Amino acid sequence: MDWQGQKQAELWMQILLVVFAAAALATGYIIGSFRMMMLIYAGGVVFTALVTVPNWLFFNRHPLKWLDPSEAEKHPKPRKAVVSNDKKKSSKKVTAAG
Amino acid sequence: MHSFVYRANVLLTFAFTILALMCVIASFSDNFNFPSPSAEIQIVKFNGFQKKPPGNDEVSLTMNITADLQSLFTWNTKQLFIFVAAEYETPQNSLNQVSLWDAIIPAKEHAKFWVQTKNKYRFVDQGSNLRGKEFNLTLHWHVMPKTGKMFADKLVLSGFRLPEEHRRG
Repeated sequence: MDWQGQKQAELWMQILLVVFAAAALATGYIIGSFRMMMLIYAGGVVFTALVTVPNWLFFNRHPLKWLDPSEAEKHPKPRKAVVSNDKKKSSKKVTAAG
Repeated sequence: MHSFVYRANVLLTFAFTILALMCVIASFSDNFNFPSPSAEIQIVKFNGFQKKPPGNDEVSLTMNITADLQSLFTWNTKQLFIFVAAEYETPQNSLNQVSLWDAIIPAKEHAKFWVQTKNKYRFVDQGSNLRGKEFNLTLHWHVMPKTGKMFADKLVLSGFRLPEEHRRG
């Protein structure tokens, strides 16, 4: 599942569960059956799980575009890290001496 | 939300949170029910009225109980527990309650009933104060909801009087 898919899955999970809960509550209250409320909501949870939990194709419509390896070789990583390491070490020594 | 198990976990957590909320709402909806239960009790006869060996009065009686408790049932009611108690005042105690009969009503269809019964539990006083005593028969009920707080109420039926003298049979 790509980034967009994850966002979509979470959004739909919340929307579906809330809608099913509201429908179950309204139906149960109107026909006076607590059991019916529980059955509708249980069905809703199962349906929501089937829609949002598996890694369906429609959650993979926005694949990340990585740079081509050759492109990466043309622009090597800057080697700043080594320099900053040295600086830290030296500053530590200074504080230790002081 | 990156993996199957993570999504399943989020779904279940959210689903059960909502379920708890639904139960709270269902329980709250009981506040919009304004029941109007009715009940009537007649004492058919006193079968016996004796002073038992340690000196306590014991009464045996037969009564007709007619009640319509259907309005106590809502969609969130599991069952009713009802009992009839004899209530009276004595010099020692300002309120004596003796349970005479009880029942569990499992469904609305059974909440309108008529029953003729002897006292199911012994009607024994603490002492010998019952001769000619005026007493109430009170129908108590406890409503057990499917979710939420159990609550109780009662209907006091007054104007009953015990015989003036002890007798057998």
